[in-house]
Amino acid sequence: MPDNELRTMIDEVKDGRMDRRAFVARMIGLGLTAPMATQLLAIGGVAMAQSPSPYKPTKRGGGGALKLLWWQGPTLLNPHFATGTKDQDGSRLFYEPLACWDANGNLNPVLASEIPSIQNGGLAADARSVTWKLKPGVKWHDGKPFTADDVVFNWEYAKDPATAAVTIGIYRDITVEKVDDLTVRILFNKPTPFWADAFVGAAASIIPRHLFADYKGDKSRDAPTNLKPVGTGPYKFVEFKPGDLIRGEINPDYHMPNRPYFDTLEMKGGGDAVSAARAVIQTGEYDFAWNIQVEDEVLLRLEKGGKGKTIYAVGGDTEFIALNFTDPNTEVDGERSSIKTKHPIFSDANVRKALALLVDRDAIKKVIYGRAGRTSANFLNGPEKFVSKNTTWEFSIEKAAKLLDDAGWKPGADGIREKDGKKLKLLYQTSTNGPRQKTQAIVKQACQKAGIDVELKSVVASVFFSSDVGNPDTYAHFYADIEMFQIPMSQPDPAQHMRRYHSRYVATKENKWQGTNFPRYVNPDYDAAIDAAEADVDPVKRAGFYIKANDLLWQDTVFIPAMHRLKVEACSNTLRPVISGWANESDNLHDWYREE
Amino acid sequence: MSQYILRRLLIAVPSLLGISLVLFIVLSLAPGDPFSELATNPNVPPEVRLALRAKFGLDDPIYLRYLHWLVAMAQGDWGFSFVSRMNVDTLILQRLPTTLYVIGSSQLLALLIAIPVGVYAATRPYSLFDQAANTLAFIGFSLPTFFTGILFILVFSVKLDWLPFVYTTDIKGTGIAWLGEQIRQAIMPVMVLGLFQAASMTRFVRSAMLDVIRLDYVTTARSKGLGQTRVIVRHVMRNAMIPVVTLIALQIPAVFGGAIVTEQIFRIPGIGSLLISSILSNDTPVVMAVTFVFACLVVLFNLIADVLYGWLDPRISLR
Amino acid sequence: MAGLTLASPSAERRRTYSPWRETWLRYRRHKLAVFSAVLLLVLVVAVVFGPFLWRVSINDIDFNARLEGPSLAHPFGTDDLGQDILARMIYGGRISLAVGLAAMMVSVIVGTLIGALAGMSRGALGHALMWLTDLFLSLPQLPLLLLLIYLFRDGLKAAFGPEGGIFILIVAVIGGLRWMPVARLVRAQFLSLREKEFVEAARALGASRARQVIRHILPNALGPVIIAGTIDVAAAIIAESTLSFLGLGFPPDTPTWGRLLYDAKDYLDIAAHWALFPGAAIFLAVVAINFIGDGLRDALDARRVI
Repeated sequence: MPDNELRTMIDEVKDGRMDRRAFVARMIGLGLTAPMATQLLAIGGVAMAQSPSPYKPTKRGGGGALKLLWWQGPTLLNPHFATGTKDQDGSRLFYEPLACWDANGNLNPVLASEIPSIQNGGLAADARSVTWKLKPGVKWHDGKPFTADDVVFNWEYAKDPATAAVTIGIYRDITVEKVDDLTVRILFNKPTPFWADAFVGAAASIIPRHLFADYKGDKSRDAPTNLKPVGTGPYKFVEFKPGDLIRGEINPDYHMPNRPYFDTLEMKGGGDAVSAARAVIQTGEYDFAWNIQVEDEVLLRLEKGGKGKTIYAVGGDTEFIALNFTDPNTEVDGERSSIKTKHPIFSDANVRKALALLVDRDAIKKVIYGRAGRTSANFLNGPEKFVSKNTTWEFSIEKAAKLLDDAGWKPGADGIREKDGKKLKLLYQTSTNGPRQKTQAIVKQACQKAGIDVELKSVVASVFFSSDVGNPDTYAHFYADIEMFQIPMSQPDPAQHMRRYHSRYVATKENKWQGTNFPRYVNPDYDAAIDAAEADVDPVKRAGFYIKANDLLWQDTVFIPAMHRLKVEACSNTLRPVISGWANESDNLHDWYREE
Repeated sequence: MSQYILRRLLIAVPSLLGISLVLFIVLSLAPGDPFSELATNPNVPPEVRLALRAKFGLDDPIYLRYLHWLVAMAQGDWGFSFVSRMNVDTLILQRLPTTLYVIGSSQLLALLIAIPVGVYAATRPYSLFDQAANTLAFIGFSLPTFFTGILFILVFSVKLDWLPFVYTTDIKGTGIAWLGEQIRQAIMPVMVLGLFQAASMTRFVRSAMLDVIRLDYVTTARSKGLGQTRVIVRHVMRNAMIPVVTLIALQIPAVFGGAIVTEQIFRIPGIGSLLISSILSNDTPVVMAVTFVFACLVVLFNLIADVLYGWLDPRISLR
Repeated sequence: MAGLTLASPSAERRRTYSPWRETWLRYRRHKLAVFSAVLLLVLVVAVVFGPFLWRVSINDIDFNARLEGPSLAHPFGTDDLGQDILARMIYGGRISLAVGLAAMMVSVIVGTLIGALAGMSRGALGHALMWLTDLFLSLPQLPLLLLLIYLFRDGLKAAFGPEGGIFILIVAVIGGLRWMPVARLVRAQFLSLREKEFVEAARALGASRARQVIRHILPNALGPVIIAGTIDVAAAIIAESTLSFLGLGFPPDTPTWGRLLYDAKDYLDIAAHWALFPGAAIFLAVVAINFIGDGLRDALDARRVI
């Protein structure tokens, strides 16, 4: 979409001629995300809307116990060391960020007093700085006041490589300075349209300076507060057993009025997703269970019990099948899937297109994901209602067969197609996970019918996603023809997500397979679009470039999106949680209550 | 005898060292990365991952890492978990009481079922009781615990709503109510695990008894006019117990880290689930510490079994 | 001549059997054992020749026939992708039975060998072998599995083809980690049996160590070994399913019995048939092997008068 059109639309929203929600929906249809859309509006001068708060109770406390079930239990409680969303979720029970995302992609202030915008002077027009005003009167659980010093400290703590904080990526390229006790300014060294990254969301929760100042750098692992968090959150820490149990109790001095609702909090860990769903939906032993990656059919059956239900949140997570552009079976200089080779079968674009026609997304949605999935043609994301003008998907074995026939792949004696002596045989790998294995079975069957022989392989998750240089089964090594998994959009901005497939980031033996471009996709047009997006200040133009990049991925069939996955949680019928597809599940915990 | 025990204990030390070395090598060579979750996290640059690996000494050569571990162990430092960032001994001690309570009870239950049932079945081979006991035993060990566990949950928790199926370690209250709750939530896992082990144990006890019961000295004892019970208990059982003692000695260390599936299903925070989650997240210090304790238990209980053989059958000479 | 008594006619005609024929005759009298042997044979024949008689494909996905109970078209019902369970059980049965039996043989043979050597030795060899046993007992199975598979998978695949390679690897791994209890049991039996009078008698008659072991001690030590063997078959079948759940065994769409049980566990209240049939199959195989073992033991046991 050319930028003029985008700009016109933004002006229309500003003038009130276009409904903001319609604008956001259009942007989503083109592959952008809701937060990106609201930020486009913000830079364009349209202030962020605050969603009306759904919180009803009129007094603090009295709600009894809140029992949460996270089937991967948090193993540590310092957000800067979190090795996964589970640890962020656990830390977020006690710590808080400056703001967090709601379901519509708007920012809600938590420790900040208001959201920065052009109007209130918080956002600089050149997108090189953001000024946050902090809420006055906020106290840590031990009574000390929360000030700008704490915010600045978090930046120093995380950006120091000796601390080895996993949040370093957020804090490394910025400078945070204290303006006064209740104001901080973040300076970017280049124009950053996505300014709401540092200190926003559970991953960027803030830890207290007065307890961690002595434990910076090498001593970071010795801090006793690592295991006994003192935060600003609605619940105070009581007990922690890694992988098993976290307990908290109400914070009577919490800085938001009438909150929190519950008196005590318990987060239990361990087990698997199905039994977690049972514990909430069937037996009612728990109020809420996280990330229920279970076949929808099982869930529907459980819900008949009547004590709970499943709830869904739309985010940007896409389950995709990636195609290898290099040859996994030829070894060059001791390296397979080397960038010096070309995939013998996939270098024929017709085969790639045929494969895209063989993924029966409807069946996958119906049989496996059910309400938790939406079919999509976009790699970036796109809800069903708004099929983008630029991309479509289709399932047709006949068309695929015809495509292959026309391209010269004729069925041999055993039904498997071949051309020039090469057989159409693929190795399809993914991580071990019930729904994924079923998806594999469905895709394999369609392929067999079209004359493609598919061998399935599943690798245990901790090996598949590891960065072990010597292990041939990792997704980065990609010693297979196609692989399927999901890269969660941890940031509601496409920059990081799309930048991965620039040709300079190809994963090779030389860079120890740490390069992010694992399909080894090399396309100068794509590179140009990404480079242009990153060099451009104008956020509207930038959006246009990302849309172009998404379309290139679709045209070249680099990825076959299998399902746009929603977040699925199990929740008791009386609980009123607040869940956003862009935030961690415990991010809006202060607004949870129960209604009989 | 005491000389034998002393000698065995002395030998145990270098043998444990040897075992620990092999364990360490196996763990270091196994593929997988403690920081794998960071691999797909775009926020974490590769340099940080590599820095973390270097910081925890993951890139040092194996013999160096083994020496570090050995020296630390000797000083009482059991290591530091990569994943939880806390001391390993704290982790283990947190889980020890639950493990002993639940897994220990199930072993006890297995013994309490297997010995009487096995002995009785052996005294009346091929009778109705024997057939029934055998069939139940076969069903017991051909069904995996993940299956029976879920079956129990479906019947007792979901359909009948009698028992909770998520195990919690922080039950409030005191006295009888507290005890009642503890027992209520432990019933299912103890039954699942206990019955599974009782199944195989019963078969062993029965077979061992059958082997002995037909021997001449038993007939002699009976023909001397001794009562059935006395014959069984004083003459038959003692000699039949040798394989049983072997088995028990093999099973006790398994309390410490063996009941992985049951712990998963019922969410029991025992050492088994600690072991499996550490293995899957490649948290080597924890795995090393748990398996080392396990190895010590194995060596200890096999020694005890050997000593018991001498007591059970005086003809066995231990040298 | 003085003192000569003619042998009675019946004694004249007493037939002598070779030991094997004698064993077979004694075995035959054990009705349950014979029945079990037949049952096992039936199972084996079913899985070997089944695919030729029942021609439904094992991975024909049919979304309209999901989770159906037994019917004419699908005698064992269908699973959640509409695949025919009978066909999958026949196909997977080959692998399950083969893995179960082979792994059991490996663990029994290795365990008996080591246990016998340790039991007979009176010196360092015994201690060394027990140290080895303790070592293997202490090894955590999972990391070892990951390591072995990672090291040897490609080599075996190249040498024996993908299916054969994985089969050998799995049998070696499962059998190789279950021989220790057998070894300890056998050793315990040997420690006790070698002091008994009949062994001393054999030694006095000039029997070599090997002959003492093979002809005298071993047949009497077999009791626990047979029990362990039975249990091992079930355990091996289940262990294979745990392996493939971890991605280390056969490909995830290979319907071995253990894997079918694992896939069915979340559908127990919706579609019990899915778990019932593989569970029953494992149970039958285990029972059959056990009674065969019982029969063998009774047949070999010289003291038992059948």
